[in-house]
Amino acid sequence: MKFLRDLLDKQKPLFQKGGKLENLYYLYEAGETFMFSPNHTTSPRGAQIKDAIDLKRMMITVVIAMIPCLLFGIYNTGNMHYLAIQDASATFGDKFLQGAILVLPIVLVAYAAGGIVEAVFAVIRKHPINEGFLVTGMLIPLIVPATTPLWQVAVATIFAVVIAKEVFGGTGMNILNVAMTARAFLYFAYPAQLSGDTVWTYVGDNAAADGFSGATALAVAYQAGQEGQNAVAELTQHNASIMEGMFSFTNMFVGFIPGSIGETSTLMCLIGAAILLFTGVASWKIMVSAFGGAYLMGLVMNLLAVNEYMALPSHYHLVMGGIAFGIVFMATDPVSASQTESGKWIYGLLIGVLTIIIRVTNPAYPEGIMLAVLFMNVFAPLIDYYVVQANKKRRLQRATV
Amino acid sequence: MELFNLGIRSIFIDNMVFAYFLGMCSFLAVSKKVSTALGLGAAVIFVLTITVPLNWVLNEFVLKEGALAFAGETFAAVDLSFLRFIMFIAIIAAMVQLVEMIIEKFAPALYGALGIFLPLIAVNCAILGGSLFMAQRDYTLAEATVYGFGSGTGFFLAIVALAAIREKLKYSHVPNGLKGLGITMLITGLMGIAFMSFMGIDL
Repeated sequence: MKFLRDLLDKQKPLFQKGGKLENLYYLYEAGETFMFSPNHTTSPRGAQIKDAIDLKRMMITVVIAMIPCLLFGIYNTGNMHYLAIQDASATFGDKFLQGAILVLPIVLVAYAAGGIVEAVFAVIRKHPINEGFLVTGMLIPLIVPATTPLWQVAVATIFAVVIAKEVFGGTGMNILNVAMTARAFLYFAYPAQLSGDTVWTYVGDNAAADGFSGATALAVAYQAGQEGQNAVAELTQHNASIMEGMFSFTNMFVGFIPGSIGETSTLMCLIGAAILLFTGVASWKIMVSAFGGAYLMGLVMNLLAVNEYMALPSHYHLVMGGIAFGIVFMATDPVSASQTESGKWIYGLLIGVLTIIIRVTNPAYPEGIMLAVLFMNVFAPLIDYYVVQANKKRRLQRATV
Repeated sequence: MELFNLGIRSIFIDNMVFAYFLGMCSFLAVSKKVSTALGLGAAVIFVLTITVPLNWVLNEFVLKEGALAFAGETFAAVDLSFLRFIMFIAIIAAMVQLVEMIIEKFAPALYGALGIFLPLIAVNCAILGGSLFMAQRDYTLAEATVYGFGSGTGFFLAIVALAAIREKLKYSHVPNGLKGLGITMLITGLMGIAFMSFMGIDL
């Protein structure tokens, strides 16, 4: 450690005011504060410190919370690959290796593409680079299918970092969730690589086994609704020759199903949620109200029950698709979510409700969490505005009595 | 139920701003503060709810092909639909004048804040667009009223949400070249992506 510190200290004058590389100061600063905690202090008068947590530690906590999802995603990507080609001889190691070969390049590309853009903006606009990007760069790989071409990942990351974040001034000032914007961009720009039944599982050079279908649970349930078959029965029968009960409730909860890399496992998302809630990084109000909203809307759909998809038991909705991942890691993004405490209840509730509405009623999108989060990001400032106004009114009333 | 569906469709799915890009000028220009945006949005709802049914009556009994049949045999074949634009605009202008007088009388502060954009509602393409869509799609009177109210509400929601975002933007650090309209257009685009969530729903 001493050696690193010395090395950094030696280079410091180069980057400080008057140094040769003055313009690149923020690059140096990013490297320095990444490895050592900065020794900033607050003035003796003024700021009141409640906790030593800063933006950097907060963001790193989120990255740590995503690691279970990432590891599980890597394993499951390999697992689905060997399942699709019906190679029973594959060991745990084989599956993990195959998954890593597919997933790690996507992670690297997202980090590299976004990191370069971030660094260029930081140097030109003279603002510090911070760990916020580590979160975005990790979220983007987790919400795309493992077969996404790498250049598309790069284009989407660059688009999202520039248009959704840097033009607003960088971390903490964006309106929409950056990772969701990247996914929405991919979804609308390259629908062929981001939707359908074949993109979720990597088959490679081998042919998929007979009877294998790469459809996601959402697609199967929607199809059941269209054809008037019982959705639960269809889900249980699906791919029965490949894997018994692939879309049973428990298996969907654990997550050995096709889907985007990191979102298949509700269990892993809940472990991430536990880390986020225990450290106080994410708001429990948003998580509770969003899951609650989705469950309630599922019940309302059951009451209406115009088709079989609507009659699907409500708890199935919570384990299918990316809803858990979206709620835990995207909806709770402290920048784009509602800032006021009562606003968070409304914000979360509407995310849950909208997700189910889009899923069930909109034939254009099998999954609704992406657009529900973006939609509520747009309306979060308005919710805050009215919560603040109501608060002002109440306090004025109290003051005048 | 049909009417309810039409209302939902005109608010969210066929949103004036995000599906048809109508009414952009006032949408971009009067969205700096929520309170002003609220006033303009309410005025648009009001004007649309009144003018679309009024124009429906005009269209149904005067302008449409064969609408003048009640006046006698000789008029049965008359088709005045080429007058639609000018007649619709005339009705809209008259209604806007009325709204303007009402606002000036009862809410002078709002009148001052809306400024030039209140009279400009008369030429707001969302308003004329509402009437023309109504004529094109052959709505009934009830449908026309619901449609006018719904598309007004859609515009209202969009402009108020944009205003809240722009108030929050005060704390952002936007590059100099993008300040003002530039960033607003970018936000509009991003909001458009969010509103895509409803496109494709078939009510």
